[in-house]
Amino acid sequence: MSTIIDVQGIEKKYPGVIANYDVNLKIESGEIHAIIGENGAGKSTLMKILYGLVAPDSGRVLINGKKVSFKSPQDAMELGVGMVHQHFMLADNATVLENVILGSEPTSTGGVIQFEAARIKLLEIAEKYGLNVRPDQLVSELGIGERQRVEIAKVLYKGAKILILDEPTAVLVPQEVKALFENLKELTSHGLTIIFISHKLDEVLAMANSITVMRSGTTVASVEPKNTNKGELAKLMVGGELPKRGDTSTKPSDEPVLSLSHVSCLAPDQREILSDVSLTVHKGEILGIAGVAGNGQSELIETIMGLIKIDSGTITILNVDISALTSREIRDSGVGYIPQDRQRDGLLMMAPLWENRILGHQSTPPISNGFWVNKSAAKIDSERIVKELDVRTPSINVMAAALSGGNQQKFIVGREMSGDPNLLIASQPTRGVDVGAQSLIWNKLIEARLSGMAILLISSDLDELFNLSDRLAVISKGKIVAVLDPETTTPEQLGLAMTGEKI
Amino acid sequence: MKSRNLLAVLAPLGAIAFSFAFISVILIAKGSNPIEVVKSMAEYGFASRNLVAELNIASTYYIAGVAAAIGFKMNLFNIGIDGQYRLAVFFAAVIGGMVSLPPVLHVALIIFVAMAVGGLWGALAGYLKVKRGISEVISTIMLNAIAAGIVAYLLQPQQLGEQATGSNNLNTPIIDSSGWLPTIPILGGEVHGFIIFSLLIGLAYWVLLNKSVFGFNLRATGFSFRAARAGGVNASRMILITMALSGAMAGLIGMGTLLSQTHSYSISFPSGFAFTGLALALLGRNHPVGIALAAFFWAFLDRSSGVLDLNGVPREIITIMQGTLILSIVVAYQLVKIVNKKQEQKFVGKATLPESNLVKTEGVVSK
Repeated sequence: MSTIIDVQGIEKKYPGVIANYDVNLKIESGEIHAIIGENGAGKSTLMKILYGLVAPDSGRVLINGKKVSFKSPQDAMELGVGMVHQHFMLADNATVLENVILGSEPTSTGGVIQFEAARIKLLEIAEKYGLNVRPDQLVSELGIGERQRVEIAKVLYKGAKILILDEPTAVLVPQEVKALFENLKELTSHGLTIIFISHKLDEVLAMANSITVMRSGTTVASVEPKNTNKGELAKLMVGGELPKRGDTSTKPSDEPVLSLSHVSCLAPDQREILSDVSLTVHKGEILGIAGVAGNGQSELIETIMGLIKIDSGTITILNVDISALTSREIRDSGVGYIPQDRQRDGLLMMAPLWENRILGHQSTPPISNGFWVNKSAAKIDSERIVKELDVRTPSINVMAAALSGGNQQKFIVGREMSGDPNLLIASQPTRGVDVGAQSLIWNKLIEARLSGMAILLISSDLDELFNLSDRLAVISKGKIVAVLDPETTTPEQLGLAMTGEKI
Repeated sequence: MKSRNLLAVLAPLGAIAFSFAFISVILIAKGSNPIEVVKSMAEYGFASRNLVAELNIASTYYIAGVAAAIGFKMNLFNIGIDGQYRLAVFFAAVIGGMVSLPPVLHVALIIFVAMAVGGLWGALAGYLKVKRGISEVISTIMLNAIAAGIVAYLLQPQQLGEQATGSNNLNTPIIDSSGWLPTIPILGGEVHGFIIFSLLIGLAYWVLLNKSVFGFNLRATGFSFRAARAGGVNASRMILITMALSGAMAGLIGMGTLLSQTHSYSISFPSGFAFTGLALALLGRNHPVGIALAAFFWAFLDRSSGVLDLNGVPREIITIMQGTLILSIVVAYQLVKIVNKKQEQKFVGKATLPESNLVKTEGVVSK
């Protein structure tokens, strides 16, 4: 085997963010190479660099020993690097064949598509690699596993020799995973190289020839499956030492504020998105929710906020059943909510700041008497938020879109804490904000906890979870798989719990 | 933010100037003098009998504009104003013609029927959007055709309509005088009494939208469906209500004519209010005063263009001007929006201290 991809010292900065630094990676020809790491560890940026979507600021990528600099995914494709996206990019109302040739249609002179030639080529590829695809089937008729095969066929059709798969198993059921792995093995037996991104340790250990672990924007280790185990990988992913909590002098009370008891929730396709979730947040407690993104965190929040209805179980706030209440009523019962996506869910971007103060508080004094909005009260309270949370703005009359992300977030935090709610749901409260804003928001959360607010903190930032939480609940596939004490939890335990393992 | 207000006024004026310049080019190319054309239009349009007619047309247009503006505030294109108006004025005329009631009650009933019918027809499109994901643009266009068909069918003499002997005109039975609204004598003419309602409607629209919780929820949903939802607004229901409200408003378009002029619905009732309404809401920036000015301007252009044929200039030139005006106003407001946002960002940037360059995202190290 020879080194087909050699990544040397890649660095990629976005304004104010370092997404990749000192990334080194060697991939051998014909192997299955897994890249694992938490959300935000820099895997996606690295993949984008490899398939030509973004260019690194410094460092080199060698393919077959030659330095390459891609300007677009087409450039990468020409050298045989193709990406299979996690979210399939297929046109539902077109056939498999049409989807496969999209963008690389074989045409005769005059621009007529040569479907027959394309069909023969696709069938050859399908035959050779054991990909069971039927060219004339409509994509809308296909299941998830079949769609994924179409995506793979698509990059193979374009001549890919190196396939990058972004969390290919995330959307599959176990039998489909098995079939995918057989496909991938088949591909490598023909000399193709597979790079696959995952955080499922079992799969990685079973499938990969070698494993590279990324953490905090850099590659931290390259190991071979036979020389390692799940525990070690989990520890590498999470880091050697977990951050320590700040102040632990005060203990939460044992008075429950939010209680979920056996809450289950089905998606429209009857898939279980929350499964028998029971948890309690007490007065003066911060309960952290840890987990790999997409394991039911947003659904958990949306059920508590009354945005999606639960199918069984009960949710109570201060012993009042809120399962059947509307979102408005739930907010009015003293719940603040910091959504994870501030620009889409948290703000009216084109409205002035003071109008944004009203959002979510349309029916609570002093902003409103239930029918009329009190504009001057909204303005006065906006001024207060700007002052107390150090929101950097010249005026409360500028539109929210004019503020920087950190200042937008500070404003939302101030708004959601106004009126001292009993319960605050804080989802990724400091994602993408500057360090100053982060420490201010953390301090506000700690203050609120001391004054008796119950806080449910959902975060993918381990620093944040460990610094703030009294207890840590780990969610995986819609289940709470562990409740840990941040004081005594080891990185290995947390890493295993997050990847869905029993502790 | 004074510059913002200034731009808001300059944009429509600039668009008017541009559209005028555009037709001037056409007029000159055809050998007419644009200044002369404007002169004769102004002379004709400001004559008092024409002013009265313009006021009556404008008050009708105005309601269409408000109906469209309600939808716009929610990012909805209510093209169904036409169908909602037609069905509403038809049923209002039919029911008003069937009953005899004391004067005020009779008028109130007619207005109520119009709003209810228009509202329900609008809500139908809202329902289809919320429950079935059908774009209101498509459904309201279809519903317009259906409404026109229903009215044409029911206006048959065998159904609810009447045909005067020796006339081709079909109409509904004449409403008793208790269901009439008096006219207001101005400038030696008769202005529909309903114009007062129009003004009140504009006021109510503004107050409800800008001062009430309902209006905030409506605007919030228009700004961002998701943010409104996260803020506790039942955003789907708001869409349904908004379509109903816009339809109810559209139902009032024919009231001035029905209550103060014809007292029955006939096939000669005007149509095409959807596009006029949308145009006026755009031109008036969804503001009640803006829409009122736009409505009068529109009515003035419509009426005074009548003189052009006499001067050997085809009056369709004014239709071209109206079309150009709408296109340029859309462009102008988009420019204003971009400029405003840039200016505000600059303003904020200047006024705030430079922040730390260090930004963190989850798990990403800052250096």
